[in-house]
Amino acid sequence: MSFWSFLEQNGSELLTLVAQHLKLVLVSTLIAVLIGIPTGILLTRNRALRKPILGLANVMQTIPSLALFGFLIPIPFIGGIGARTAIVALVLYALLPIIRNTVTGILGIDQNVRQAAVAMGMTAQQILWQVELPLAASVILTGVRVAMVISVGVTTIAAAVGAGGLGVYIFRGLRQYDNNLLLAGAIPAALMALASDSVLGLAEKWFGLEKRREKTKGWIGTVGVIAIALTLVLLGFGFWRSFQSPSGTLSGKVGRLVVGSKDFTESGLLAEIVAQMVEARGVAVERLELGGNLPHDALVSGRIDLYPEYTGTAFTAILHHPPITDPRAVYDQVKQEYGARFHVDVSPPLGFENTFAILVRAADATRLNLKTISDVTPLARGWRAGFGQDFMSRADGYPGFARAYGLQFAEQPHEMDLSLTYIALSSGKVDLIAGNSTEGRIGALNLVQLEDDRHYFPPYEAIYLVRQDSLQRVPVLQDILTQLANKISTAQMRKLNYEVDALKRNPAEVVREWLKAEFLVAAWERRHPCLLLFDCGFAQQVGCLRSQAPKS
Amino acid sequence: MSESNSSPLVEFRNVSYSVGPTPIISNLNLKVSRGETLVLLGESGCGKTTTLRLTNRLLLPGSGEVLIERQPTTQWDPIRLRRRTGYVIQEGGLFPHFTVERNIGLVPTLEHWDNARIRDRVHELLALVGLDPAEFAQRYPAELSGGQRQRVGVARALAAEPPLLLLDEPFGALDPLTRASLQQEFALLTRRLHKTSIFVTHDLHEALTLGSRIGLMKAGRLLLLETPASFLNSTDTYARAYLDTLRLDSNQNSSRERQV
Repeated sequence: MSFWSFLEQNGSELLTLVAQHLKLVLVSTLIAVLIGIPTGILLTRNRALRKPILGLANVMQTIPSLALFGFLIPIPFIGGIGARTAIVALVLYALLPIIRNTVTGILGIDQNVRQAAVAMGMTAQQILWQVELPLAASVILTGVRVAMVISVGVTTIAAAVGAGGLGVYIFRGLRQYDNNLLLAGAIPAALMALASDSVLGLAEKWFGLEKRREKTKGWIGTVGVIAIALTLVLLGFGFWRSFQSPSGTLSGKVGRLVVGSKDFTESGLLAEIVAQMVEARGVAVERLELGGNLPHDALVSGRIDLYPEYTGTAFTAILHHPPITDPRAVYDQVKQEYGARFHVDVSPPLGFENTFAILVRAADATRLNLKTISDVTPLARGWRAGFGQDFMSRADGYPGFARAYGLQFAEQPHEMDLSLTYIALSSGKVDLIAGNSTEGRIGALNLVQLEDDRHYFPPYEAIYLVRQDSLQRVPVLQDILTQLANKISTAQMRKLNYEVDALKRNPAEVVREWLKAEFLVAAWERRHPCLLLFDCGFAQQVGCLRSQAPKS
Repeated sequence: MSESNSSPLVEFRNVSYSVGPTPIISNLNLKVSRGETLVLLGESGCGKTTTLRLTNRLLLPGSGEVLIERQPTTQWDPIRLRRRTGYVIQEGGLFPHFTVERNIGLVPTLEHWDNARIRDRVHELLALVGLDPAEFAQRYPAELSGGQRQRVGVARALAAEPPLLLLDEPFGALDPLTRASLQQEFALLTRRLHKTSIFVTHDLHEALTLGSRIGLMKAGRLLLLETPASFLNSTDTYARAYLDTLRLDSNQNSSRERQV
């Protein structure tokens, strides 16, 4: 798909993201200005506080943004998931340049001028407002400008905590190797950074002392003006769209469901399946994509009503049990503990497992006659491995895995983005990876899964986790989850993933087709509500028949 | 005013001031009467600037008292005292973001004069210090020469008609020719306006040109306080050292300096 046709199709979503992004940047910069400038002024009056506070602000900036978001999530009131957390983090980042430039700007004023102001009989207030702030204004504005440009960048990462913004496209693009998504996220962000830089640059000049007589022109000015204009146009459209969109009507909580998902394709697809089925029953749905284990926090706090999960993940990563291998036992214990601890129900298994798949190139497997992971053990000393961050750190991940199979690689495994490991393997950069068993590209990239002959990996059956109160509030949900029981085979899941990841198709469209093919949503369903009961049973029977059909 | 005319406008009584353990001013006694220009002469670090700063309550004495119109500075409201004391510093200390007009009108503005009156006053003062109001009122300090900035600084100090002027080496950074002409004009101006001023300098020539009395300071003490005529004949060794520099000058430029 060309970039332009991508823009045509996703224009309104892009504009919404631009508007979200800009709002996050503006709100956080404004708050940082309101806190930072008074703090800076205070520090010019109080030498003792200067060092510790500037030091603290410095430390804030050295915390990697993703880590800072992580720290904030469990904190009540300021933390959690969504725009609030993002704004808190953005404000913390923006404070340093603003405070520091306020201090530098005010302390940098010619001592003669300050002395004259005092000697003329100006009060402290008059000196501040008439002398110090006007003279320091251009330096302070430089600080605001730096803060704002930083914010535009950091805001892209805020998508990881569900705050929205252009980071949504950038993250999605990275995961799906979709350059259109990457560009659609990165270009507006870059324009926004340029625009805010030049707007505040102009403001700085206005407040600067050399302003009145000189006029600087040139290509920087021109580029800035173009960037401003573009941003304004995008913003205008964004607001216009947001007024037009019916999203305002979604705000009533009763007939409305928030479906969460993790930030990878499969989770998104599973969420989309439920979302479309619920929508087909006339319930409005909001979709929320979240990183890491955030969906769990969001679910427990009531921000979302349900999200797709895997039994093994719930068992080890959330309930913190040591990995075990019996699928039945894992499912039962997850169901019982979630009910008791979180008031969350566990749906019947969806029919496939997304376990870690130890993958090698098909060529290697044939040449070396590899079938099981144990076959690799004697060869590992000459091999390189690449694993996602998740696999490197989790309880049922690399350390235990290496121990279980006595694996020792030529070098410390490369820790990289999970989706990049497939490419790294197929292009020979590494020789073994831990992928997902339902990854769509396994076949396309000519990779082979080795059998877990020592049964190291715990079962990862796909399930939905649903809040109990959501089931009461939206009763159709129970039917839908029952309908989906054992509905999706591993092969089918791989195919759905492949459609989105490799063929770059729109997930919503892929899901819509699949639901139709599976008779889970019928075109005539809404026109003939009287047939609903019959439809459920019928669809399930057909579904049964289909799932017995040979897998492609 | 006539009743109090005989009393000194400024009086230092046994004033000492130190920063930490270092004495800056030791036991200073001084009276400045109305209409006179008292020049404090001395090397840098002798305490002359501190003396000025004690006068408008930028500093408070460690011991002793500084009386302004017979009232100790400790009892003056500092803002009120400073607004009725003109202050001129080196390079003028003009606000770079204010036009000449706003700079000169600063204290009247703080005192809430009405705009028309401020404008008239500013134009009057610009004319007084030899700057054409039409040309200079709307300029910024960066658009003035050093001498012009100093003239504006003097005009600003005079704006609210303060009874007392404090001048801290106002002409120190100017080139010799500009300095000489400003000194002449300032001498005429103070005589005409009958202003009381304390003028700090390290330049004996300036002291002799402008002072009705000269106070020679060294290491925080007032060594002698004389009229220019008796200063020239002083037998004090430190004063003689200063006078020697003058002689050196006049030997070199004998024809011009003979008039002094």
